[in-house]
Amino acid sequence: MLSRWLAISWLLFSSLLAGCSTGQHGPEGRAGGASEAIENKGSDTLVNLALAWAEAYMQLHPEVRISVTGGGSGTGIAAMINGTVDIANASREMKPEEIEAAKANGIIPEEYPVARDAISVVVNPTNPVSALTLQEISDIYTGKITNWGQIGGEDRPIVLLSRESNSGTYVYFLENVIRLGKKESTLLFSPETLLMPSSEGISAEIRRNPNAIGYDGLGYVTADQKMLAIAHDADGSYVLPSVDSVNDGSYPISRPLYMYTAGEPKGQVEAYLNWVLGEGQSLVSALGFVPLRP
Amino acid sequence: MGLPSTRRAEFAVEALIKVIGFSAIGFVLLIFLFLLREGLPVFSEVSLGNLFGTRWYPTFDLFGTLPLILGSALVTVTAILIALPLGVATAVFVREMAPAWTREVLKPVIEVLAGIPSVVLGFFGMTLVAPFVRESLGAPTGLTALTGALILAYMALPTIVSVAEDALDAVPKSYRDAGLAMGATQWQTIWRVVVPAARSGIVTAVMLGMGRAIGETMAVMMVTGNAARMPVTLDSLLRPVRTMTATIATEMGEVAQGSVHYHALFGVGIILFVLTFLINLAAASTMFKKKRRGGLR
Repeated sequence: MLSRWLAISWLLFSSLLAGCSTGQHGPEGRAGGASEAIENKGSDTLVNLALAWAEAYMQLHPEVRISVTGGGSGTGIAAMINGTVDIANASREMKPEEIEAAKANGIIPEEYPVARDAISVVVNPTNPVSALTLQEISDIYTGKITNWGQIGGEDRPIVLLSRESNSGTYVYFLENVIRLGKKESTLLFSPETLLMPSSEGISAEIRRNPNAIGYDGLGYVTADQKMLAIAHDADGSYVLPSVDSVNDGSYPISRPLYMYTAGEPKGQVEAYLNWVLGEGQSLVSALGFVPLRP
Repeated sequence: MGLPSTRRAEFAVEALIKVIGFSAIGFVLLIFLFLLREGLPVFSEVSLGNLFGTRWYPTFDLFGTLPLILGSALVTVTAILIALPLGVATAVFVREMAPAWTREVLKPVIEVLAGIPSVVLGFFGMTLVAPFVRESLGAPTGLTALTGALILAYMALPTIVSVAEDALDAVPKSYRDAGLAMGATQWQTIWRVVVPAARSGIVTAVMLGMGRAIGETMAVMMVTGNAARMPVTLDSLLRPVRTMTATIATEMGEVAQGSVHYHALFGVGIILFVLTFLINLAAASTMFKKKRRGGLR
């Protein structure tokens, strides 16, 4: 009888191990308030810029330690709501339900736009297609256009690449490209869309696969991917993304990037944010993003 | 003085072992209860039609788990179909045909295969297997169900080989002697006598390999493309899929605790748990059966 029980519990145990082998990122327990250490987490789009800021700031102020991690805007905001980080990086505004959740935790989030980003649509360098309208990109990502031949390319199937749904880039792309900014639109990504866990996953597949189309932040596009020029509509002019075309507003897909704090920032966090919004802006262009002021 | 103190020490050790043993059961039960507590609410928060619908899109409250379940099933079953013949053939070779020194080398090497971290295999799949699948099989992308199945087959092989090898090992020598004495060739003896005699052990091996495959996360996430499409068309093997494990792993980091999405991910966890439990149960029942039949595997 006992051995039977042991066998059953072993079964349960091994099943559980199989069931939850990876996947939980618990909140890192952090004791007490931030004395000299600033925890900064969130958007993968923003992570390189946030790291550059943190490194420059720590050189100026060796007494402050800033640790920067990625994971996605949703991850950073959730961590800020749960009180495990001081600053959340986000490539989108907080959703109403996230603000509700923060308020339920007694936190009123403060929003700071810190830079601008352009989303570039990329294809394999061998792909002859070099310009698309927003409407065409929307039709591609909703599955209405499934072959490059339909939009002036070779007769090849289109493979759709996207970031994971916890990426702010994903939400931005859905709302402003697929839904063309229309609030009442209910269009979704086609179920055929491949969700890649990282920017590197997208660039690797773009490099290797002549069928693929993807999108990512301008700061993440490497030289071996081909960026498409994009027009609002067929009558408009096709514009390649660049620091200039984003700043003068001619490139259609660009957005602000944010940092969020839990309530009014104090002490070191406040000093750091002031620096980011002031002197820190000089680092922005070097990383492929666009500074707040030209 | 001597005897009672030895007894007392023995009693203490026995009690300690019992406590440790039972606490293992206790922890498992607690984890199970936690899984139920976090996951069951989804069955009331989301309608069953939605929950077993064909569209998984949590950002917009679409929680259709069917593509995920079928995705896991497709990848796992294909992996086993690839790994079963290879695994059994390897076990037969190692146990029945290889000279002693080869066996001494092969057995540990196969067991080492089980220790390769899955992220390494995932990287291998992304950079080598995926381009191969795309270029030679004409898939639109290399990140497909088949790529995942190939990697999983490789991961399940060591389990299948070592358990099947043990099963073959347990077939009494007299069976082989009898076969050969009847004039059967070595091949006929292996194929008609030894392998059938070890059948239930081989079934167990397959079940355990399957349990390993269905729960695998990292490698699958890296090579299957994670598109939550319904794998019901004929070419589904050459199309991307999204498995239950990859869904939990990629989305758990973003959800707000206590949200519907959070409960839905635990709900997927419950479904995965039940499936793995059933597979393990099937494996165990063949093991129990063979015990009742008295030692012969």
